[in-house]
Amino acid sequence: MDHTNNGKTEPNEFQLTEIEQGIKIIPGVNAVIAALDKVVNWSRYSSLWPMTFGLACCGIEMMTSGSSHYDLDRFGIIFRGSPRQSDCLIIAGTVTKKMAPIVRRVYDQMPEPRYVIAMGSCACTGNVYDTYSTVLGADKFLPVDVYIPGCPPRPEALMDGLIKLQQKIASESFRWSQWR
Amino acid sequence: MTPHSIAEQIRDKFPEDVLEIVEFRSQVAIVIKKERLKEIMSLLHMHSDYSFDYLVDLCGVDYMNKKSPRFEVVYHLFSIKHRHFLRVRVQVDEDNPTVDTVTDIWKGADWHERECFDMYGIRFEGHPDLRRILMPEDWEGHPLRKDYPLKSDLGDLEWKGYRDLIEFSEKARQYEVR
Repeated sequence: MDHTNNGKTEPNEFQLTEIEQGIKIIPGVNAVIAALDKVVNWSRYSSLWPMTFGLACCGIEMMTSGSSHYDLDRFGIIFRGSPRQSDCLIIAGTVTKKMAPIVRRVYDQMPEPRYVIAMGSCACTGNVYDTYSTVLGADKFLPVDVYIPGCPPRPEALMDGLIKLQQKIASESFRWSQWR
Repeated sequence: MTPHSIAEQIRDKFPEDVLEIVEFRSQVAIVIKKERLKEIMSLLHMHSDYSFDYLVDLCGVDYMNKKSPRFEVVYHLFSIKHRHFLRVRVQVDEDNPTVDTVTDIWKGADWHERECFDMYGIRFEGHPDLRRILMPEDWEGHPLRKDYPLKSDLGDLEWKGYRDLIEFSEKARQYEVR
């Protein structure tokens, strides 16, 4: 856009330019025009902070994903030590009946918006542990957003699951309103 | 001294308490009655020829519909001084599943006996702190017994804490954003 082009464009006339679907800018002005959904979702999925909460061997794989080789930080995913600072609970490992109320309590302490990832076969379905002490899938007592199969899933699989969750967050609408 | 000769010496000292000496792939086990367990165990521990100063493991076995009496408690003993092993199996009946504790001989038996109590319901007389060690304290039943439900769905036996959790999450579901 050329603002100095004589007479062709009025200086007070806005020329909106679409830089991405649903996001427009006014050239020369420090402003972005977009749907609030889009801005809110963008900020949410760009800084997804999961809770550090490993339950079994999947926890080891989760730690690996956070380390420098796989480097989750480049997605803005930084592990937090407190549920009150977290957006996302990665259930990494077998959930026993004794541990289930504690997992639920961690989830309940997280502020909205909150998401749950069931990592590994045990957290998805209970895996082979159809026994007296095991909960057959974390979705028995938690609303799970993304299921990652594998025993344990490789860090790439966890990353894929987190990107799936980011896509899901990006497609949300109206979740910022108190009337939602 | 070989484990077999130890077993025979124990049988000679306690002829009516040692029921059997079992040898399988050069591992020797003595099967004893529970009445004089304490005496036999402290002899195995204190006698300088035996000197079983290390209780490797203590576990329970349920022989339901296979053997009578139903339960057995198995003590795996090792002597660090003489480097020999011996296994002691104590028979425990179903109606009165109690055995004397060996925590005053081997301090490490404490948690093993608690686990055995937790999983099989065998009570250890004289144990300083006989509580459940793995399952929640208000859990009903003893899961490693053969008549315990095999699958995750325990029905009426389900732990109250887990039932409350399921009930709570059913209620909480209506407030979830989906």
